[in-house]
Amino acid sequence: MPDAHIIDQTGEAGFGDYVALLKPRVMSLVVFTALVGVLVAPGTVHPFVAMTSILFIALGAGASGALNMWWDADIDVIMKRTAKRPIPAGKVQPREALGFGLALSGIAVVMLALAANLLAAALLAFTIFFYAVVYSMWLKRSTPQNIVIGGAAGAFPPMIGWVAVTGSVSVEAVLMFMLIFMWTPPHFWALALFMNEDYSKAGVPMLTVTHGKKVTRNHILVYTIALVPFAIGAGFTSIGGPVYLAVSALLNAGFLWGAWRIWRRDEVQAEADSYAVEKQVFKFSLLYLFLHFGAFLAEAALKPYGLGGW
Amino acid sequence: MAFDVEHELHKRRLGRNVGLGLVLLAFVALVFGLTVVKVLNMGDAEAAASAKTVQVAKP
Repeated sequence: MPDAHIIDQTGEAGFGDYVALLKPRVMSLVVFTALVGVLVAPGTVHPFVAMTSILFIALGAGASGALNMWWDADIDVIMKRTAKRPIPAGKVQPREALGFGLALSGIAVVMLALAANLLAAALLAFTIFFYAVVYSMWLKRSTPQNIVIGGAAGAFPPMIGWVAVTGSVSVEAVLMFMLIFMWTPPHFWALALFMNEDYSKAGVPMLTVTHGKKVTRNHILVYTIALVPFAIGAGFTSIGGPVYLAVSALLNAGFLWGAWRIWRRDEVQAEADSYAVEKQVFKFSLLYLFLHFGAFLAEAALKPYGLGGW
Repeated sequence: MAFDVEHELHKRRLGRNVGLGLVLLAFVALVFGLTVVKVLNMGDAEAAASAKTVQVAKP
């Protein structure tokens, strides 16, 4: 039916297509880290206010995802991983995604200011700006260090959660930020090692494309070593404790070992086993972050029983 | 008549409208809930502030 086809191409999207614009998988990680930020922060906040704050932090992150999809539609259509997104698939018009992203950004920031405080809202606004403008529009296509600096956008949610409760930034909030910020490069570069073809087709200057895989392997090792002090250091603050330290020590040993295994391999070895080690380390890095924040949560949960923290 | 035939497009449009309706209802409920919580907390804060004032008044 040609008519239906034309209508299909002019933005008759289903509800799910708008949800897909918000990058629900990224949002779930944001919900988790923001929740941890709220729960480990000292002081009390009404559970309804806490829930609302987390919801609007997640919505802000989703809105920046929609803005990112609007800007990146031209490269999303080239990459296999992103070709089915609503804009390249022709379900949502780019301008619609822009309006959707901007409107939701405004709602999320204003509502967070009303629910929590102005500093938390300002940090959320900065996060959206950072992801949509600094990362998507500027860094992503201009420098191979794109994900190093762009990783900051993903690192803000636990800090915003903390600020929503306490009203100020402290060393604990900064360390939670640094944990995600320093984790992002080795995590994405491990992915880029076995997804190289997609990025080079789209002309995105990933480190693997511009400097080659050997340099990327070096970078993964160096950034993983640089990550360790922040991860362990958080254990000595008010949100850490023996449980966190034990978990963190094991996870950091595992991540370092993985990074070292990636570093000592060359392309011949990697291609021989279809990047098995790189894929393993990528999966482990997801577990690494999840368990670190889970350990923060465990310390907070044990505190009322006199067991958590120092 | 063509108007009587329900196309897949109509189902999609209905789904979108119902979805948006539910989101708006949830948003109204959220703002209402937030208002109730804020107003009740404001009462607590005022009570705490006035208790402080009474304490200050009585040396």
